[in-house]
Amino acid sequence: MSTFGFFCDTSACSGCKTCQVACKDKNNLEPGIRFRRVYEVAGANWNKTEEGAWEHDIVAYNLSIGCNHCEDPACVKACPTKAMHAESDGMILVDSKICIGCRYCEWACPYGSPQYNEQKGIMQKCDFCRDYILEGKQPACVASCPMRALEFGQIGQLIEKHGDNRTIYPMPDPITKPALFIRKHPGARFARKLNASIINREEVRNEK
Amino acid sequence: MGKQNRREFIRKSAVAGGMVISSPVWFPDALGFNPGQAVAPGLAKNGWIRVGCPAHNCGGRCLLKVLVDDGIITRIETDDRPGDTPADPQLRACIRGRSYRRRQYHPDRLKTPLVRTGKRGEGKFREATWDEALGIMAAEMLRIRSKYGNESMFVPYGTGSYSHLNGRWPAARLMNFIGGALDYYNSYSWACISKATPTVYGTGITGNQRQDWLNSKYILMWGWNPAEMRDGTNSDYFIKKARENGARVVCIDPRMTFSAVSLADEWISIRPGTDTAMMSAMAYVMVMEKLYDIDFVRTHCLGFDSTQMPKGLENEESYVDYLLGKFDGQPKSPKWAAPITGVPSETITRIAREYATTKPAMLYQGYGMQRRAYGEQPVRGGCVLAAITGNVGIHGGWASGIAHQPGGEPFWSIFPTGTNNVQARIPTFLWTEAIIRGTTLTAKEGLTGVEKLNSNIKFIWSVASNILMNQHGNINRSGRILENESLVEFIVVQDQFMTSSAKYADLVLPVCTHFETWGLEDGWKYGEEVILMPQVVQPAFQSKSDYRICADLAAKLGVYDAFTEGLDEKGWTHKLWDQYRETRFHNLPPFEKFLESNQGVYSVPVFNPKISFQEFRNDPIGHPLQTPSGKIEIFSETLFQMGNPNEIPAVPKYIQEWESPFGPEASSYPLQAIGPHYMARVHSTHDNVDWLKEAFPQRVFINPIDANSRDLTDGDRVLVFNERGKISLPCRVTPRIMPGVVAVPQGAWSMPGPDGIDTNGNINALSSERWTPLAFGNAQHTIMVEIKKART
Repeated sequence: MSTFGFFCDTSACSGCKTCQVACKDKNNLEPGIRFRRVYEVAGANWNKTEEGAWEHDIVAYNLSIGCNHCEDPACVKACPTKAMHAESDGMILVDSKICIGCRYCEWACPYGSPQYNEQKGIMQKCDFCRDYILEGKQPACVASCPMRALEFGQIGQLIEKHGDNRTIYPMPDPITKPALFIRKHPGARFARKLNASIINREEVRNEK
Repeated sequence: MGKQNRREFIRKSAVAGGMVISSPVWFPDALGFNPGQAVAPGLAKNGWIRVGCPAHNCGGRCLLKVLVDDGIITRIETDDRPGDTPADPQLRACIRGRSYRRRQYHPDRLKTPLVRTGKRGEGKFREATWDEALGIMAAEMLRIRSKYGNESMFVPYGTGSYSHLNGRWPAARLMNFIGGALDYYNSYSWACISKATPTVYGTGITGNQRQDWLNSKYILMWGWNPAEMRDGTNSDYFIKKARENGARVVCIDPRMTFSAVSLADEWISIRPGTDTAMMSAMAYVMVMEKLYDIDFVRTHCLGFDSTQMPKGLENEESYVDYLLGKFDGQPKSPKWAAPITGVPSETITRIAREYATTKPAMLYQGYGMQRRAYGEQPVRGGCVLAAITGNVGIHGGWASGIAHQPGGEPFWSIFPTGTNNVQARIPTFLWTEAIIRGTTLTAKEGLTGVEKLNSNIKFIWSVASNILMNQHGNINRSGRILENESLVEFIVVQDQFMTSSAKYADLVLPVCTHFETWGLEDGWKYGEEVILMPQVVQPAFQSKSDYRICADLAAKLGVYDAFTEGLDEKGWTHKLWDQYRETRFHNLPPFEKFLESNQGVYSVPVFNPKISFQEFRNDPIGHPLQTPSGKIEIFSETLFQMGNPNEIPAVPKYIQEWESPFGPEASSYPLQAIGPHYMARVHSTHDNVDWLKEAFPQRVFINPIDANSRDLTDGDRVLVFNERGKISLPCRVTPRIMPGVVAVPQGAWSMPGPDGIDTNGNINALSSERWTPLAFGNAQHTIMVEIKKART
């Protein structure tokens, strides 16, 4: 049972990716490995009016995701070596001594969280900045956000403060019980109707 | 982190560095950064050090905490002061500051002085010692000065390094000790807005302290995008707070910017260069529906309608005359504006009503729309809308214009550059004209201080600047001018990397980073703080600070003592710190005490934000403006007397741009191209940083309608071209830009191939050197292009 979680206010996230780079700096990650990614969702119809102007019904918003440390983690279930495991406090961690780099966890995770380190031949991912938490600090991503759109905390407190919404279009249904709580951007309710999609795929996909 | 751990870190980094194909080798040991010897004596201890984020022209001034271990920066965090309230918010660094280790320890850092060996611009150099390099430089300076005079010597605009000590300031100071140099006025950023704002208000101090934004009920972000260009650290955060207080926010912009997505309730797409048409139509609605502030206009404004025209000009065209079409027969109605702006007429009408009737309201204008042909007009138009809705001099309002904050604003630079004995000044943007025909320039081209120049520019000392071959309009033309050695006879570029401009230098001097020297910074446009920048690590390789380079050169020129006043970088930082204590922040702790405290930033909380024009608002007779009439000049007699009504009208007007979707050029080049600021860079700074390229690769952004009609799919490499140049880069198909407009983020380093096609996507291969009529400002966003799939 996970104890901690992230909160992302998608109505306030500008998509600046300061969180992504703060995380890379903390974890010394080469290009291609992103423990935190920012997904840009957008969709619109554009129509020219009779008077020669343009009308649109656009929705666009961003979603910053690290690892959601799910309560029912697909990555852990998929791992053949038990390298990917849940700690007693619910944090999902990779034991790099055991990991064989088979990438099943990457395939199983609906959120693209486990990242394959080709050089080391192992999986890596967000660990909530475990060392910082033990020091009483915030995770690097949360402390970096210029819009103060990210939070970290005890799951119960996050739910009390922000409610228990764990998904936003086009994220999957929260069947893995992600410890990620989301304030929805007001436009998100029209996203499905507009067939909105992730439009910055090259900026978030894992390097092969 | 102990010594052992740091070694471990470096070893791991070294291993990781080898794995990624496109990533340069990146680890300090292999680059010759000397751990062990690297800690400057008595300064940077191991551990966390609070330091101002390296000062570029980023629009922010933030605080970093850097972890120094044995002379190497191993981690970067940001401001973590407790509290973080709107009165005194944390100065959180953005993605650029957080990625700084990849710039600091980049393998391409310049290591030694370089002397050109090939043709100019060819990029061939040999290494030289400092003694030889500065010897050559001093000799060339003296030769050129004696042959052509001080007016032939020029230290151009440059903001690549921009603390109070580092950057071009020391070079300007040194020039003034050897007789001065041709000077400039204005900037690439704010030419039109800094010139046009005072034509309405008599001053550029038209803003309020940002805490006052929380009092606003309606905010029009007109071409303003604080989430990307910052415009003061926390400006985006203050807008977020204003929304939490109930403000409705509308963003008017050709792009659905980061700000439109995260800060606005509504995004209105507008065709670039047509902002004044929409402003005029909004004013038309306010006049027709009597929604403007009739009393305020009567008591505080000049030239609104025919009843309040200046003496002797009663029969000239007032603003209402223009709106109603009394002289030109064309009412500036929303129906008129819709096909010009691309904004539906009912939207224009609705926004006019919302802005005029929601009190108090802010119209905050961005700067991109004034870096255009006739960029003076939207500045004046925005100011006039703010005035006629009565939003001047009240809490929660906003007078618009350049909006410097009242009651003491950041100093930009307080480093004493001395007195320039050369009186001549040119507009910043006209330096290429001063090279090819300087002696023919007159006041018509904005020359001030003298009637004529005695010489064209013959010596350029470009410090912390990439305008020579990257940031100026039409850089293919700049290249043809600079490669001609009979024009500019000696070019020095002082930088940290071999930029596209450095390739055109005769002498390249390696500069250390801000982390490797001392400095001081305060807020960017806004803010009530001063941030100390202690040296935290030693300069890499043979690089030196801008100040040290100038001091060593001063020795060669025989003015060392006068130049240095016996002070080193830390000494100057101390002196400038004391200047803050004596002027702006009287409670600022003593320098050494503050340094010892490792606080990094001194800030003053703002609980009662100051606002501009309060006294004028309350008593326009007793406290008149500094305009000729003492009132808000909707009609400017000064502009009227310039006698160029088609380009410099006395009231703000929409003028069709010289390159436009409505002109004949549109048949060959139907797309408008704009060059917005990009999170991956600060102008051209950071373009070689891999973490930033990964996050925000250089792309041309295009609407699906324009992509489909050209058979382009997302990610295709495309050719963007016009008669001035060609660039090739991948496209990003996105609904977040309006049809007919493409965006190529400005600042990518120009990398032309043998065929002259720039493969890195520098928009200035396409932009123009033509300047605006009143401010002599750059109009680099006014360009038409076509796009097609590139042959691969």
